[in-house]
Amino acid sequence: MSIVPSAVEPTPAAVPSQPEGGPPSTVAGKKSSLTDWSVGGITQVLLILWTLLVVMPFLWMIMTSFKTDAEIIHSPWDLPATLQWDNFARAWNEARIGRYFVNTLIVMSMSLTGTLIISAMAAYVLSRFEFIGRRVLFFIFLAGLMFPVFLALVPLSFLLRDLNLTGTYHGLALVYIAYSLPFTIFFMTGFFKSLPGEVAEAAIIDGANHYQVFFQIMLPMAKAGLIAMGIFNFIGQWNQFLLPLVLMPNQDRYLLSQGLQFLAIQQGYGNDYGALFAALVITMVPTLIVYVLFQRRLESGLTAGALKG
Amino acid sequence: MNHHKYRLIIPFLAPAVFLYGLFVLYPYSRAVYVSFTGWRGLSPNMPWVGLANYERLWNDQRFHDALGRNAQLLFVLPTATILIALTFAALFTQGGQAVKGASFYRIVFFFPQVTSAVIVGILWSYVYHPNVGLLNGFLDVVGLDSLQRAWLGDPAIVLWAIVSVAVWSGVGFYMVIFLAAMQAIPSSFYEAAVLDGAGKWRSFRDITFPLIWESVRTSIIYLAIIALDFFVLITVMGGGTSTSISRNAEVAAVYMYDMAFGGNSRWGLASAVGVVLLILTLLLSVVLMRVTRRETYEY
Repeated sequence: MSIVPSAVEPTPAAVPSQPEGGPPSTVAGKKSSLTDWSVGGITQVLLILWTLLVVMPFLWMIMTSFKTDAEIIHSPWDLPATLQWDNFARAWNEARIGRYFVNTLIVMSMSLTGTLIISAMAAYVLSRFEFIGRRVLFFIFLAGLMFPVFLALVPLSFLLRDLNLTGTYHGLALVYIAYSLPFTIFFMTGFFKSLPGEVAEAAIIDGANHYQVFFQIMLPMAKAGLIAMGIFNFIGQWNQFLLPLVLMPNQDRYLLSQGLQFLAIQQGYGNDYGALFAALVITMVPTLIVYVLFQRRLESGLTAGALKG
Repeated sequence: MNHHKYRLIIPFLAPAVFLYGLFVLYPYSRAVYVSFTGWRGLSPNMPWVGLANYERLWNDQRFHDALGRNAQLLFVLPTATILIALTFAALFTQGGQAVKGASFYRIVFFFPQVTSAVIVGILWSYVYHPNVGLLNGFLDVVGLDSLQRAWLGDPAIVLWAIVSVAVWSGVGFYMVIFLAAMQAIPSSFYEAAVLDGAGKWRSFRDITFPLIWESVRTSIIYLAIIALDFFVLITVMGGGTSTSISRNAEVAAVYMYDMAFGGNSRWGLASAVGVVLLILTLLLSVVLMRVTRRETYEY
């Protein structure tokens, strides 16, 4: 077996991007042996195979969304003869995806704003002030990361009913905020800790009160962390399924994921595959855009959650 | 700082504590109480029944089958996901170097993780579709039509068809976690290994793997918790909670949902399932943390 490292050149773009990552390796392979070539070849084959495995279902979904039902059933592998934009119109109007889309936006405009503001305030206090019970409180918030949501479903559904919040936008938004707090507070606490304290101290000496320090100095300084958490929670809340399933029983108020599931079940009876696949594409597009634009930030936010230890 | 700081601390913490307490902590603790009652249907009465719900679960074959499937997932999901993710992460950075096109693969592999589980579930239920599905179509094209089947309709394989989807969507995520850990390893370690005559496999086994063990360990616990849930994927791919597919792949969370919201309205029993799962989750985390504890290497 060869002891010479692979001769593949580490180009800057090819070095996996992680801000805290070390400098690119300087172990330069000068020679390449036959073994290295075959290992490199196998590597590329494996990576391409997995790429196809990931990409093919999505491409097939997009392709299918432009086909007629007859084409979907009789020639599932062929490209559409003509692009059936009408599938998207039917999904948006008749299958009511447009309605669910708007419902989702309404709930999330409230829940995202609320999550960020409330978490930032709590995290700021938890990170920069010493007070009785601080560690206990932080731990209690952290504990919320452990438990699957469905354990709380039965009491939660009755609680919302008792508060007259079942099927309301703001009721669901409040629940979204509550379940987004643990991770967002955890992340933002770490973020505020990493910020330098001198600016805030100087402002206090200059006579600013704590509120001014938070809103005018610390919050703007924490912008990068807030953006990361905004993206993270956008994905999480956009994809949420279980909470609306139980808390939004009225079909007029269905959210997207819930509406999609409803539509998919309906396909079992009356067939409109084209509209269903168009609905899937419509629901995926916002996630795809956010992912393409903010891929690196999202990645670090998501993996930070798993690495909390 | 002086005691005036509480004028900031209390109002800043109040909204978070209030919402978290009301919508998260209260329902969890309330579920524990409800699990000791015979509460069902629309009745407001919650007769105290002690451990009767737990006794019922203890003797309920359907619940045993459901938990048994969770146990299978618990073994298969972390093993498969971590093995594949580790392989890719290792291939990405052989001996401390990045492979060609790494950032492209990384973006692609990670994408399923950000896609809604509902989209993934519906999409794959059509990939597995016996007539119009991508998978049977593919098997036909490559001449393996003998392998064609109704992937979700066969009780013997439905659970594996579903867990494959979870592996498919999770591999990129764990790969990125392992890559981040691998990048923190100083390249001088590998240089030293090369000088000592170590090959790639030995470098991986003796340097990389011990140094990223903390990440692997966290991932095992993370995936184990997911294996105790699996509600969304099974419900979506099964087309509801009470279809034959969902019944054939039923895990504890699906059983719980069916007892509560599937027309049974057995709130007490469903809550007992929730409590059992909560205890299992906690136990499992503690056990896994102990079992996987090793010497950590500082570098």
